[in-house]
Amino acid sequence: MNLLLKVWRQKNANDEGGLVDYEAKNILPEMSFLEMIDVVNEELMGRGEDPIAFDHDCREGICGTCSLVINGNPHGPLQTTSCQLHMRSFEDGDLIVIEPFRAHAFPVIKDLVTNRSAFDRIIQSGGYVSVSTGGAPDANAMPIPKTDSDMAFSAAECIQCGACVAACKNASAMLFVSAKVSHLAYLPQGRVERERRVLKMVAKMDEEGFGNCSNTYACQAACPKNISVDYIAKMNREYGVAVMKNGDASFNSEGSEGV
Amino acid sequence: MILDSKIPTGPLKDKWDKHRMNLKLVNPANKRKYEVIIIGTGLAGASSAATLAELGYSVKVFCFQDSPRRAHSIAAQGGINAAKNYRNDGDSIHRLFYDTIKGGDFRAREANVYRLAQVSVNIIDQCVAQGVPFAREYGGLLDNRSFGGAQVSRTFYARGQTGQQLLVGAYQAMSRQIELGKVQCFPRTEMLDLVLVNGHAKGVVIRDLVTGKITSYSADAVILASGGYGNLYYLATYAKGSNVTAIWRAHKKGAALANPCYTQIHPTCIPVSGDHQSKLTLMSESLRNDGRVWVPKKAGDTRVPSDIPETERDYFLERKYPSFGNLAPRDISSRAAKEACDAGKGAGPGGKGVYLDFADAIKRLSEKTVREKYSNLFDMYEKITGENAYKTPMRIYPAIHYTMGGLWVDYNLMSNIPGLYVLGEANFSDHGANRLGASALMQGLADGYFVVPYTIGDYLAGTKEVRPKTDSAEFKLAEENVSSQINTFLKIKGKRTPTSYHRELGKIMWEKCGMARDKAGLEEALQQIPKLREDFWQNLNVLGESHDFNQSLEYAGRVADYLEFGELLVRDALTREESCGGHFRSEYQYEDGEAKRNDDQYSYVAAWEYKGPGNAPELHKEPLVYEEVKMSTRSYK
Repeated sequence: MNLLLKVWRQKNANDEGGLVDYEAKNILPEMSFLEMIDVVNEELMGRGEDPIAFDHDCREGICGTCSLVINGNPHGPLQTTSCQLHMRSFEDGDLIVIEPFRAHAFPVIKDLVTNRSAFDRIIQSGGYVSVSTGGAPDANAMPIPKTDSDMAFSAAECIQCGACVAACKNASAMLFVSAKVSHLAYLPQGRVERERRVLKMVAKMDEEGFGNCSNTYACQAACPKNISVDYIAKMNREYGVAVMKNGDASFNSEGSEGV
Repeated sequence: MILDSKIPTGPLKDKWDKHRMNLKLVNPANKRKYEVIIIGTGLAGASSAATLAELGYSVKVFCFQDSPRRAHSIAAQGGINAAKNYRNDGDSIHRLFYDTIKGGDFRAREANVYRLAQVSVNIIDQCVAQGVPFAREYGGLLDNRSFGGAQVSRTFYARGQTGQQLLVGAYQAMSRQIELGKVQCFPRTEMLDLVLVNGHAKGVVIRDLVTGKITSYSADAVILASGGYGNLYYLATYAKGSNVTAIWRAHKKGAALANPCYTQIHPTCIPVSGDHQSKLTLMSESLRNDGRVWVPKKAGDTRVPSDIPETERDYFLERKYPSFGNLAPRDISSRAAKEACDAGKGAGPGGKGVYLDFADAIKRLSEKTVREKYSNLFDMYEKITGENAYKTPMRIYPAIHYTMGGLWVDYNLMSNIPGLYVLGEANFSDHGANRLGASALMQGLADGYFVVPYTIGDYLAGTKEVRPKTDSAEFKLAEENVSSQINTFLKIKGKRTPTSYHRELGKIMWEKCGMARDKAGLEEALQQIPKLREDFWQNLNVLGESHDFNQSLEYAGRVADYLEFGELLVRDALTREESCGGHFRSEYQYEDGEAKRNDDQYSYVAAWEYKGPGNAPELHKEPLVYEEVKMSTRSYK
């Protein structure tokens, strides 16, 4: 099939950028969306034109690197990653608009490539259990109810791609942050630090310039890993309790421990 | 070149304890004065970064991805082995050790493998403490599954995404150290050279992939945890960015490269759909616990699978290997699938596939149970192929998936270059000629959490070589070499893209040095690769500039390294005139098609020394001495 593409081209962070038209010819339905761009890029390079820069790595839907907005939807029409979208989802003659994930906290590096290191900084602010290597008790010393373990797991499936932010009109990172807060709060290992963690991560999220949540659930609809907005509710409860017990939301001291 | 494996003396089970007592220690107050550079943030890189920082060392870690949590360890699906014996099914450290040695076709070092089995139990404890959500039973305790090459259930798993959960655990541990200021992380950077001062590894040259800036960093020791080299074959299950550059450039600075011909083919990948294919996708071989592998008995049978009656199906793994059945080791399963397809019995377009059928499992367990165990794998399969595997059997075909070879290391995981440590898939140490399923995650984390944190202190406490300044002549020369290569790529202005060279090289490798190899084919490859390399340097087309985000430029450097490294791999395969594990030479097989090892002549580690451009590399042999295990013909019948 043949397609018309409108692709966001932007030389660097300071460039204004804009949509440029390209034709994608002889595309097969079995190709992945990224393989379609590979074909276009090979042709561009053959003509001496700069290829379209885009982020990708594992191409099997788990690393969270690929990050395209396709016809207005982060990762395109299906609830999956851009790399797992296949051309059988399109028809001959379709117009496809391809843009980067757009958010103040995700500045464009080039074309479709953005800088999502704000997410790493949020994790660094508290998204872990503070245990060092060595001295851990036997793994079966503490039974964990399967339901808690499953809830933690479903939250831990987040691949940190940022589609939730790109989908949100406020560019809110609540779904991402709540997934990590919930993953660790559901497990006994993570409960020791649950208050410190949620206060620090929320403070960092605000500092990085992500917007607030206004409950449109667009994030859940765009999430390739089906992370539920229920986790946002869970985080709000965690946060509420932590603020009640610890006071000010701009929490940055060592804080109290335990629940 | 001297290859001293530094294996401690004494009984196998006491070696690691004894060795740890003999290792020199760095005083806690002095640790912060030492700087360690780590290349790569997969399981081995992230776990070592976190642990070394916790001990007090100052760590700098570099990765090419935009976030350290994206390294390709994340894609491991099936699980991680540990000799916990939680199932009460007769597992033990010794059994895990023996299974790994046997699975590796008696081409791994005994002492390293035994240590791996010993620390495997600590890994699970550590991960659970970090909040890794392993699968659990209703009683709240951890669940296990069995895996290829083992007759006990010792594999811990987290649905079909164990790698992601373990990596996130290590990434979070490292993130904590970043917040504490003990680790500095540099995403979107690439190591382009290793710098030696007085023969010791003391730094690296790094290119910032966003700005193109070349910068030197010095350290007291350097750790490479940059992963495997399977992307040499172009079509592989690796992430597109995975590459050989860090270890190849260290090799060119003097690090011996061991057993490059030991490449692993994974039996359960989704078959190729056309020439546009950019990578292959693996599905966890845990699927083989419940799926049955078959092909039609008759060659050229084009009926849909549901129309083929039981009596006309050949469940070839169950038939040939009754005691292991569908769980026969990877190399054996892969070759059996290839044989079936070569005999014209393959399924699907092009006949390059065999069926993996869940109909019996669904009947036995219910669709709900199968869904609980494997839903993400079935979903992935459907996304890629458009087929529903609950209704129709999956089609699978082998693909390059892991590389057992890598930089040579001693028992301390230090290469022959003092101060250069190599961890995880980047080293050659633990898997011999074939790796068992669920053992890669175990090795990456063993190296990073529990081995290198002890052994690196021994080097740092004992060396007199101080950390150099980056304005020394060694660093300047390395920077100039790196810049000069980059400028050359941009100046050639030929007609072909890096991808086109990579594809062509991959095709040569897969056809001549893939699942089965022979002398004639390998010799042809040794003619073809240098010609392709020559053409690359004449006719390459890289657009854009060096001081910019330039993905084709990055890629050109990696392809240039593959074009050199591929030749070494073929040479290693040609020199090893036997079949073992992932290295199958058609000339050396038993009548029933099983691999024929030659222990008298080839029971050694082949460690290659770089001798400069245009010169043949020199082979050094480290003999493999078995004190505990008796070598036997590997049989899974």
